[in-house]
Amino acid sequence: MNSTFLVEIVISNKPRARDPEGETIIRDLMHKSGFESVKEVRTGKLLSIKVDAMNEVDARDKVVAMCNDLRIYNPVAHSLNVRIRSGN
Amino acid sequence: MKIAVVQFPGSNCDRDTVRVLRDSLKLDAKLIWHNEFNGVFDAVVLPGGFSFGDHLRAGIIAAHSPATKTVRTMAAEGKPVLGICNGFQILIEAGLLPGALLRNSTLKFVCKWTNLQVETNKTAFTCAIEKGSKIRMPIAHNEGRYFADDEELDRLENANLIVMKYVGENPTGTSRGIVAISNHGGNVVGMMPHPERASDPALGGVDGLKIFESMLEWANC
Repeated sequence: MNSTFLVEIVISNKPRARDPEGETIIRDLMHKSGFESVKEVRTGKLLSIKVDAMNEVDARDKVVAMCNDLRIYNPVAHSLNVRIRSGN
Repeated sequence: MKIAVVQFPGSNCDRDTVRVLRDSLKLDAKLIWHNEFNGVFDAVVLPGGFSFGDHLRAGIIAAHSPATKTVRTMAAEGKPVLGICNGFQILIEAGLLPGALLRNSTLKFVCKWTNLQVETNKTAFTCAIEKGSKIRMPIAHNEGRYFADDEELDRLENANLIVMKYVGENPTGTSRGIVAISNHGGNVVGMMPHPERASDPALGGVDGLKIFESMLEWANC
């Protein structure tokens, strides 16, 4: 029996690839506004995907396979973070 | 030589490229809509622009289009394949060239003339230019910061796959100043600068003509 799962993926630059947007946010917004305790900001792109699957493991596997197949992220520069938000 | 200039929704400088090939170099160049592109050409140019609105990531959607399958076949056959700007992004996303093109370190769209050095003439688009030559071409992009890790960059340098670098100013923060790379065969080249915008004295420079002229000499190189 399939249910619908909500899977979120976040595509962000790998640590070795500079993230100038994150650097600007921390430097020119957070630190200048006094939030000195913030040590790092990395930005990314969020895709919220509803997918039919048998269970959470299946939902995750399907989404990851698709991301690799369609090159939703470029493995040279990006890392992919996957999390299951909810079932049906 | 029959040359296709493939037009995607959102392409730009496609007609400029056809004009240079036809009027300046007297070549048989055809502007062709991506859905109608087939392999009966001797060379192909993927022009600049913002194909499919740059959605998800510049070049990724065009990289999955049937037109790019044809480009892949032509590349495998050793035919000259040039990606300019968004065309370079498409070739990267299609896996025809290694690495990644990230957002400029300035977070700005940069549109200006740049000074470049030709790092190799073992490609279909630089074989008519002496190695080490300094040339000028304009750039106009937001995602042109070439990135690969250091081991990969060393590998590219050692294999002579880096085609052009910035001289002096590096306006986009690109790794080691890289603005153009090629595949191992030298027939597939991607470049962020726009040679078609530097192919007429009225535009401020003619160095771009040498890029297209190289394509004609490639068979004899």
